[in-house]
Amino acid sequence: MSIPNSVPSQDAAAGSLAADRQDERLVQHHGPGGALRAFVARIRGGDLGALPVVVGLAIIWAVFQALNPVFLSSTNLVNLSMQCAAVGTIALGIVLVLLLGEIDLSVGSVSGLSSAVLAVGFVQWGWPLLGAVLAALALGAVIGLFYGLLYTRFGVPSFVITLAGLLGFLGLQLLVLGRTGSINIPFDSWIVQFAQQMFLPEWLSYLLVLLTVLAYGWQGWTHARRRAAANLSRLSTTSILLRCAALLVVLAVPTWYLNRTRGVGLMFLLFLVLVVAMNFLLTRTRWGRAVFAVGGNVEAARRAGIRVRRVYLSVFILTSTFAALGGLLAASRLAAANQSSGGGDTNLNAIAAAVIGGTSLFGGRGSAYSALLGIVVIQSISSGLTLLSLDASVRYMITGAVLLLAVVIDSLSRRSRQAAGRG
Amino acid sequence: MTEPSGIPAPAVRPHERILAMRGISKHFGAVQALTDIDLDVYAGEVVALVGDNGAGKSTLVKALAGVYPPDGGTIEFAGRQVTIDSPADARNLGIATVFQDLALCDNLDVVSNLWLGRELTVGGTLDEVGMEQQSWKLLRELSAKIPSVRIPIASLSGGQRQTVAIARSLIGDPQMVILDEPTAALGVAQTAEVLNLIERLRERGHGVVLISHNMADVLAVADRVVVLRLGRNNGVFQVGDTGVTGESIIAAITGATDNAVTRRAAQKNPEKGGEP
Ligand SMILES: Nc1ncnc2c1ncn2[C@@H]1O[C@H](COP(=O)(O)OP(=O)(O)OP(=O)(O)O)[C@@H](O)[C@H]1O
Ligand SMILES: [Mg+2]
Repeated sequence: MSIPNSVPSQDAAAGSLAADRQDERLVQHHGPGGALRAFVARIRGGDLGALPVVVGLAIIWAVFQALNPVFLSSTNLVNLSMQCAAVGTIALGIVLVLLLGEIDLSVGSVSGLSSAVLAVGFVQWGWPLLGAVLAALALGAVIGLFYGLLYTRFGVPSFVITLAGLLGFLGLQLLVLGRTGSINIPFDSWIVQFAQQMFLPEWLSYLLVLLTVLAYGWQGWTHARRRAAANLSRLSTTSILLRCAALLVVLAVPTWYLNRTRGVGLMFLLFLVLVVAMNFLLTRTRWGRAVFAVGGNVEAARRAGIRVRRVYLSVFILTSTFAALGGLLAASRLAAANQSSGGGDTNLNAIAAAVIGGTSLFGGRGSAYSALLGIVVIQSISSGLTLLSLDASVRYMITGAVLLLAVVIDSLSRRSRQAAGRG
Repeated sequence: MTEPSGIPAPAVRPHERILAMRGISKHFGAVQALTDIDLDVYAGEVVALVGDNGAGKSTLVKALAGVYPPDGGTIEFAGRQVTIDSPADARNLGIATVFQDLALCDNLDVVSNLWLGRELTVGGTLDEVGMEQQSWKLLRELSAKIPSVRIPIASLSGGQRQTVAIARSLIGDPQMVILDEPTAALGVAQTAEVLNLIERLRERGHGVVLISHNMADVLAVADRVVVLRLGRNNGVFQVGDTGVTGESIIAAITGATDNAVTRRAAQKNPEKGGEP
């Protein structure tokens, strides 16, 4: 709206300061030391981000390594990475519903159903493999659509809808599997090969790391240039280079370490790509902005003209589809589907991973990366305890305790955010 | 999508009727919040909507904003009969609203809130730089005292939040701007800026509906004052006509010439008597 008569008096006085740095109350953080101080201030304000989970992961790894030196071996970490992919993909869907302040308790059953559809369709009914895969994914999408319609049309709480789904789709899974109960998927099929045997060649893994860092740096640099052109504060070239260097270390060191044995599995890479893609959609698109808005304040989002129903529908569909994809990955890694596919702790691990990774249960706060961080924590605990030959009982209790800790941190940081005015 | 500066004046010529609401009614359960309300707004005119607490002002505004579609009555906007079933409908028609409860998302930052639902994009992705730049321009025009547009709304003061809500209604190209008690929490300078803004909107030919309990503000900027009382029309006053004073409007608001306001005035200056 043009308001021609107003002469913003501050502009003249502001001199060369960037448009967003003119308020004198704004605490200025200059240079690397300043960046550190800004970081500390943010943490104190309850904006913890990924910090608790990174610290927690470091502790967990240190403890298990001390108890059993095999834990941090390259072989074990390759295994760990492959174990993360299936449930991690399911957790990615959970992150999405949690961002809306809703929940999906049926992801385990849906993933089990999807495993069953793959195995029965491909092995027993002789469908082409790709057809079976697509059918399983489509079934996931339809289930999500069904949840979304129930939620948006009748306003039934997602907790209840998906609890019904948990039972219903478990039943359907048993029905699909029929009397055999367990079906093996041939080892030479590409999907089992993909999940068990395919690893990135060493040169390609480093090339991907390099390209990722270059893309990150290029994007940071063009963004800084556009901000400077718009007279807004910008990151200095030095800090962009520092960030690129940090990213290079974070990516290249694990890649090198995994490459000492089998390397980076394609299934794990698929999971990483999905996480990065979801992060992009959530932070860089109008759809992602709408998801956060609906999670923060539905009524405000509706009054801003956002089609709230479509946001709910899209998220429920994505969550169930990710659950179905997770089921496909789990079945291919196991080379089988059976009555306990998607059962046991799949559901709880997926939900726990999203929360442990830092996505708030209260909606409107979180990140796609919490699925990655959270699932690494959970699988680390599981793998470490297996190496110590402790059985499931201890694993359940420890995972439960970690989940409880994560939820307490979430609630506490919410409180200190409110005190520090960060919403 | 139009940028905040350099927006063309609305398609409607000045002094044409933009809005005609006829016989609007709305009930919430057993409460008849609105009964048979008529409201006209002309281009280049500021209409003040006044009334006691619970008179139905916000409900009328929400009917217009698509938040609570009315039970009965007709709405004519820019010469066409329209139905406004959702906030998106209202926005597409060119009706922008500052709600009394502001309707902001606490978890999002100022820029995201300002552009919510109509974000600028480049190549399919959010144009954060463009939005931030225009946000600053807009906020400066409102003399907003906001230290940073990249902090969550939750960390702003009540008045700063109100300024953000007002700024948001100016994004896009609304033909009509509705402000539900926009200055309730504002400082002296910010209130003056909002009143200036309302006058500039009028000069540019927009229709403005202002809800306020502050009679001085109302008389300062409004061309016409529409009074609601217990959910019904209770008089229209042309500001500037002889006999239209704060007292006569207050009498219509409270429904009596002998009301709490006049009695209080009488106690303070006994020599002037209780009559307005
Ligand atoms: N969502 C709702 N549900 C039930 N009743 C409502 C609702 N919104 C408003 N009302 C009722 O409608 C009537 C008019 O309310 P409204 O908010 O329009 O008053 P108002 O004129 O804006 O008052 P104020 O000056 O206090 O803002 C009140 O009696 C109120 O109780
Ligand atoms: Mg009101």
